[in-house]
Amino acid sequence: MYLHIPFCEEVCPYCDFAVVAGRDQLASRYGEALVAEIRAATAWGPLDAVNFGGGTPSRMPAGLLERILQELSSRFGIRKGAEVSLEANPEDWTLQKAESLVAAGFNRVSLGAQSFDAEVLSYLGRRHTPAEIVGAVTAARRAGFDSVNLDLIMGSPPESASSWSETLRRALETNPDHLSTYALTVEPGTVLWKNVRAGACSPDPDRQAECWEEADRECARTGLVRYEVSNAARPGHHCRYNLSVWGQGEYLGFGNGAHSFRDGRRWENLRGLERYMDTVEAGRSPNRRFELIEGWAAETERVLLGIRRRAGVRSGRAGEALWKSPRGRELRRAGVIGLHGDRLVVERPLLTDEVSRAILALPQQESAGLGKVSGLGG
Amino acid sequence: MASRSLIRNFCIIAHIDHGKSTLADRLLESAGAVSQRDMREQVLDTMDLERERGITIKAQAVRLDYEASDRRSYVLNLIDTPGHVDFSYEVSRSLAACEGAVLLVDANQGVQAQTVANAYLAVEAGLEIIPVVNKIDLPSAEPERAAEELARVVGGDPADTIFISAKTGEGVDELTERIVDVVPPPAGDEDLPLSALIFDSYYDLYRGVVCYVRVMEGSISVGERVMFMATGERRDVAEIGVLTPDSVPVGTLVAGEVGYLITGAKEIDRVRVGDTVTSAHRPTVVPLRGYTDPRPMVFAGIFPTDGDEYPRLREALEKLQLNDASLQIAPEFSQALGFGFRCGFLGLLHMEIVRERLEREYDLDLVTTSPSVAYRVTLPGDEPVEVRSPADFPAAGREMVVEEPWIKALVLVPPEHLGAVMEILTSRRGELGPLNYLGTERVELTCRLPLAEVVFDFYDRLKSKTRGFASLDYEPDGYQPSDLVKVDLLLNGSAVDAFSAVVHRPQAYAYGREMVTRLKDLIPRQLFDVPIQAAIGSRVISRETIRAKRKDVLAKCYGGDVTRKKKLLARQKEGKRRMKMVGSVEVPSEAFVAALRVRD
Repeated sequence: MYLHIPFCEEVCPYCDFAVVAGRDQLASRYGEALVAEIRAATAWGPLDAVNFGGGTPSRMPAGLLERILQELSSRFGIRKGAEVSLEANPEDWTLQKAESLVAAGFNRVSLGAQSFDAEVLSYLGRRHTPAEIVGAVTAARRAGFDSVNLDLIMGSPPESASSWSETLRRALETNPDHLSTYALTVEPGTVLWKNVRAGACSPDPDRQAECWEEADRECARTGLVRYEVSNAARPGHHCRYNLSVWGQGEYLGFGNGAHSFRDGRRWENLRGLERYMDTVEAGRSPNRRFELIEGWAAETERVLLGIRRRAGVRSGRAGEALWKSPRGRELRRAGVIGLHGDRLVVERPLLTDEVSRAILALPQQESAGLGKVSGLGG
Repeated sequence: MASRSLIRNFCIIAHIDHGKSTLADRLLESAGAVSQRDMREQVLDTMDLERERGITIKAQAVRLDYEASDRRSYVLNLIDTPGHVDFSYEVSRSLAACEGAVLLVDANQGVQAQTVANAYLAVEAGLEIIPVVNKIDLPSAEPERAAEELARVVGGDPADTIFISAKTGEGVDELTERIVDVVPPPAGDEDLPLSALIFDSYYDLYRGVVCYVRVMEGSISVGERVMFMATGERRDVAEIGVLTPDSVPVGTLVAGEVGYLITGAKEIDRVRVGDTVTSAHRPTVVPLRGYTDPRPMVFAGIFPTDGDEYPRLREALEKLQLNDASLQIAPEFSQALGFGFRCGFLGLLHMEIVRERLEREYDLDLVTTSPSVAYRVTLPGDEPVEVRSPADFPAAGREMVVEEPWIKALVLVPPEHLGAVMEILTSRRGELGPLNYLGTERVELTCRLPLAEVVFDFYDRLKSKTRGFASLDYEPDGYQPSDLVKVDLLLNGSAVDAFSAVVHRPQAYAYGREMVTRLKDLIPRQLFDVPIQAAIGSRVISRETIRAKRKDVLAKCYGGDVTRKKKLLARQKEGKRRMKMVGSVEVPSEAFVAALRVRD
């Protein structure tokens, strides 16, 4: 289950999500729209994982988040022990807010730390200080969150090798349960993209590879196990919502621009904030762009998503076809892919997209025996 | 049939974009040859490509009936000339069909090299020259300066120049009167045996080869059996006529007249430009002077990006050949590029046109190898062999004599860019000839240099170093021995035949270095390290390594990203299809072209 909260103080230069800045006055109206959308949804559940993402969910008043969570609970039911997570920015994360969110039912927080280097934070358009990150983790712990995650962005142009080492060291020193390390990506249409087109430095992929390798080593050393290309966690603390996506599991998304996947269909909500609210308030569905994922497309998607996990994916027809293809042979020879029992594993995760393209390039196979996706995949 | 004294055969010599086609349109209009309704801009350029690029590829002829101020009705035959350096032979044949030439120059741009070269051809052919300055309506026009330059090129008084605007029609009447006044009527004797000059031809799907002829002596009639003297082809005349510009059949064409001739011949190489048509029963003894076999100067390999398209490429080339006797093709196999064709062209523009037509009209996605020339290689005790592809060039270290084609080039350039031009020419092994100042604004520079130095990014460099102000024309100037070697490029240890080049030995190292550096930038990183080497024979002269790719993965792929990321990956995969596998290395198709492009 995904709830989208689009509000931000400022839009970060690298962000391409459906976000708005300086529109916090719309928060309560938006909250009501979410409630209305939840009420109109077909029955489902109970829920295993609820994730409030954004935007910056922590900018929303705790009472409003609680109200939405209650609505989810009464509409679908939330399973005991379910993961109830939200994203937060260190600068607006107080002990008081943390405590009221725990009281409301949240048990996991993902903090947008990004870096412990002030210069890098400023390049990324972030407004918090390294000290505020440490404070935010402490507050989350004290408030009683079961699971604390830090998001880091690596390989931005002003970041030196020693700066990244220092960021990693200080991040791990806070003893997080989960660490996401994302290579800075220049997404089309963002401010960063425009700057790069105008001649600004773009991230160096080799440098990012080094960052990644260092992160992989340091996480392992401190007991965090990498379970996906960009994610590592203490045993039992992996993000269930995301694992479900990579396992081709079903999910519902609420809010502007949110995506859903259910009964072999994927769709997305209206992206514009005002249009989304107007539509929901008028009692109409904000769902758009339905896409049927079945047959060979579903099979390749299963493998595409699954290979992002360290455990790989059940090989199946697409995996076997890849294994036998000429490109598959090259990938094997270069040590990029391997077979562990019946599981296809990417042994060099930094080259995962080479594998993905090879899968998409496979000739389409007969859809016999390849049904619609339902429930959790392998 | 018009009285010979009332016929005027003339052509217009002009540089690209100096307004030749627009002037032709105005002349046609003033003669009422084309009604306004049918008037498409620039009637004489029939191919779409010509219209788009504003150049005339094939010459044509059109007949205008014009009532002059002396109240007499004249027949003006306007013979169009191709407007580019590659087609100087075709130009010379068109000129041979005329008695006069309108030398048309843009008031803004002044005289260009090609105009000068063609004007010299016209003077040599004994044509009456009418200097005309066009585009006087443009605000930046400098008609007096252009007139001054024209006078210096062809001799004569700038005061004789006619100033016109083909666009508005201003001065066009005066020009038409001048044509009638000064261009001599054609000579010729209707009673002599037939000799008619073919100055252009094209292939028509329904009618076969249509040729444009100027009857020099005698007459030609429908039903008559004629002979094409160069090829010995004998045919019956199925149709003759004039173009107004629609074809209007006539029974007979006599000495002095211009028209078209159809015999039902299907193969254009049997009916060649410059050949003489004569009567099979009463042939003339001496063919008209100036005929030469079509001889390609520039060669390049053309390959389909997708190997499955080879049959379509062959079909397309064969169709183009129907209409283009100067295009030569021979099947070629490249280890890197698969099956394709070695093609021979008159020059670089000709090559560019063929390439573009293949891509545009036949929707083919092509890789063209770097253009080369025909070398004459003599191994000890052997006859000389013509080598048209670097792949066939003997390996280094063998004892041999290599000769390469040279050209005589004429460059026109403003004096401030003269230094840059001389620098380019000398760096290209040019032997500079005398300078000739055409007024204060422009210098004419002649130079001998190897053709191979011109086919490789020469135009682009000339243009970029002179901010587009230099213009060039050239003609073949024989073969001479040179110290040439073959430089191979090796990817991951194996030579890529498509990248091999024949280079002047002193330049081999710099060439190898440059190519290795370029390829390093053009070839994407692979899953493993890829060494790139340049070598002469087994001696490596330059080396770089493309380091293995380290990172290629999207940072995030969450619920909201799946569709979008899949599309992104699918697009990247499409890009991969444009890759050629060379051994185990993926090389983008563009690399084959881009590796050889000028970089400035």
